[in-house]
Amino acid sequence: MIIPRKKLNLWERLYLPAIIGGFKITLRHFFRKKVTMQYPEERWVVPDGYRGAPYLVEDQDKRIKCVSCQLCEFVCPPKAIRIVPPGPSGAPDVGNVEKAPREFEIDMLRCIFCGFCQEVCPEEAIFLMQDYSLTGTTRQEMIYNKEKLLALGGVHQDNIRKWKKKAEEAKAQKVPP
Amino acid sequence: MPNPSTGETQFISPSGMIKVKVDGKDLEAPRTMPDPISGKPLPTTMIQACALAHVDVPHYCYHPKLPVAGNCRMCLVEFATPALGPDRKPLMKPDGTPKVTRSPRPAIACATPISPGVEIYTNTPAVKQMREAVLEFLLINHPLDCPICDQAGECKLQEYSVDYGKSDSRFVEPKVHKPKRVDLGPRIVLDDERCILCTRCIRFTKDVVGDDALGIVSRGSYSTLTAYPGRTFDNNYTLNTVDICPVGALTSKDFRFQMRVWFLKETKNVCASCATGCNIIIGSREGKVYRFEPRENDAVNSNWMCDYGRLNYKWIGQADRLRQVQSPKSKVQSPKSNGQARNVQVTAERLLLSGQGSIWKSVIAEISTKLGQIPPGSAAIIASARQTNEELYLLSKLAKKLGALTDSVPRTGEGDKLLLNSDRNPNSLGARLTGIAADPMGSNLPKIADGIRSGKIKTLIVFGEDVTKHGISTELLAKLETLIVSGILPNETTRLAQYLLPGCAHAEKRGTFTNSKGRVQKFLKAVEPPGDARPEWEFLHELVFAVAGQDGFATIEGLFNQMAQDVPAFKGLTWAGLGDTGITVPV
Ligand code: SF4
Ligand code: SF4
Ligand code: SF4
Ligand code: SF4
Ligand code: FES
Repeated sequence: MIIPRKKLNLWERLYLPAIIGGFKITLRHFFRKKVTMQYPEERWVVPDGYRGAPYLVEDQDKRIKCVSCQLCEFVCPPKAIRIVPPGPSGAPDVGNVEKAPREFEIDMLRCIFCGFCQEVCPEEAIFLMQDYSLTGTTRQEMIYNKEKLLALGGVHQDNIRKWKKKAEEAKAQKVPP
Repeated sequence: MPNPSTGETQFISPSGMIKVKVDGKDLEAPRTMPDPISGKPLPTTMIQACALAHVDVPHYCYHPKLPVAGNCRMCLVEFATPALGPDRKPLMKPDGTPKVTRSPRPAIACATPISPGVEIYTNTPAVKQMREAVLEFLLINHPLDCPICDQAGECKLQEYSVDYGKSDSRFVEPKVHKPKRVDLGPRIVLDDERCILCTRCIRFTKDVVGDDALGIVSRGSYSTLTAYPGRTFDNNYTLNTVDICPVGALTSKDFRFQMRVWFLKETKNVCASCATGCNIIIGSREGKVYRFEPRENDAVNSNWMCDYGRLNYKWIGQADRLRQVQSPKSKVQSPKSNGQARNVQVTAERLLLSGQGSIWKSVIAEISTKLGQIPPGSAAIIASARQTNEELYLLSKLAKKLGALTDSVPRTGEGDKLLLNSDRNPNSLGARLTGIAADPMGSNLPKIADGIRSGKIKTLIVFGEDVTKHGISTELLAKLETLIVSGILPNETTRLAQYLLPGCAHAEKRGTFTNSKGRVQKFLKAVEPPGDARPEWEFLHELVFAVAGQDGFATIEGLFNQMAQDVPAFKGLTWAGLGDTGITVPV
């Protein structure tokens, strides 16, 4: 389709009215409240429910909540997650939970912050937090390992405490948990 | 026998089959089916009839290869029998179809025999309700360990709960706790909380293996599976209970917490640990083998395999696998000889030449020139009976051309009456049929040693064996002019080899083995071989082509079909015709 160019009329061809109109808008904004921020010194406060980078969490007893079920590794669309399960002897120091990941890596260059991992996790062990700006100077640096993910994730105030309850229940029945 | 006076004849086909209906579908089922253990005919059950009609009835305790127990009640179905008039004749509806009376109670399909004219309903609202209720009971004390349970992903409790269960629980009392992480035997961990008391494991070890080691103690919701006091569950078939346990109560110590099952790629293969040749499935992920599991083949191993064969896989991924092709030239250029610069250059060269690249081409060309020049009768071939039929066939072609003396190495151990064969070579029969092995196997080895000693044999080709352990000492090997060795793991013979051709494990290539009963079975590739290693048949094909001039085939299918034409015992076989479960040839 050919669109014919409209001929400008005299008022338009005068040019100055348009310039003045433009300046009016500029001036109006000049006296309004500023919306720009001095990033990165000043940072945006993200709203609740914002899906930033996924991190691992610990429970109140400092136990890594992840049990290495590898569901998140399975569900992750860009395959950003790599988990090394603990192997036959299980994980030390987790008691009746038996399992914990030996290694847990998220490649933040791959992660698309979709939240599937948080959605699928049966242990509430991984959460998309508020970090939206991740930087690094090498690709390797952008692969976050277990320690880093835990340090960034912090403690989750878990009020279900499923494993602890199980252990207490078993003890009450005189069965070793 | 049909009783004409009751009018049963109407529901018996002329060939003696019983006419029944499964969910409205007409079916003719045999009157009896063989007992899985003794083979004696037993009345056909409803669950077997449903299986014939391809209708799935959920079940836990029933297993087609075990005696029926009928304790889980998961297989409940409704049924109706033909209505009989006062004259004991079936009543007819106006449309000419037989009138049936619905049974007021359901029946367990796994233990109820079919009768002529019976109609089975597996999908009624009542059946659905019963399944829901059975599952609710099973889950009352179940720990719901799924996130840490190795069975998750192949657990019948999970599957049926999704398919037939209800999503919420009405049970608020504390669950009954039972022992967890029980060391049941050297290869098995038991979690009693997860056990649904189906007794499959008990029946397997008692009736199939003949080792009555397991039982259930206590009662009601405190029932606990355990080994009999003072006995450990350590027979050579214990790991099969891990496969048949419908839940995660019995788990394998070896596979425990190694990988979730949904990541495993399943490849059909054959166990290479003895001459029985159990059919297996290899579970692998990203080039690493995680487990072997038996694959059903009623002509060979039924649904089972032995623990020895199942756990004999670690060597496949061993770190010291042979991964570089070596020739006298590459040995001379070894990086140490010429300092750093040389080192870099050699590495770069290797990189260029590695994989399926020309390092193989040049070495095979070198070997074939050598073999082309030697006088007939001055070579010998020792090929393992762990090589495939195709490889042994190619080697026999080479042997014919070179006039070489050939043999394999016998390998024996203690056998048992179930599966494990005392012959620990997977392909002894193949070695015999292709003419590589002497009769009896190993009787040519001293002759070959003598030949080397007297200087008559100057070239030795070894495939997959450490001959220094079988009468051909390192001093003898040193006397040879040419020593060509193909192997998988390093040993004394591979160390002395002039030409070293890294080969593949059965999990890394395709091929066929012939088991002790003459069953030719094919296996497929699960993982990639390391480094330069290539399937032996591939480079043997090139070598035979170059030396003997006969065209082999560049594909395993073509090669197998060619072998079937050339080797009388394999006459009429084709690669495609072998199917997944193989074909028995007369021997
Ligand atoms: S947020 Fe999505 S992409 Fe990122 S790790 Fe989780 S599942 Fe993978
Ligand atoms: S889904 Fe949760 S518990 Fe499972 S591996 Fe991922 S983070 Fe760990
Ligand atoms: S046995 Fe099945 S349902 Fe029970 S914890 Fe294991 S996977 Fe889950
Ligand atoms: S351990 Fe498994 S196979 Fe044995 S009775 Fe329990 S659920 Fe059945
Ligand atoms: S399968 Fe029939 S009662 Fe268990």
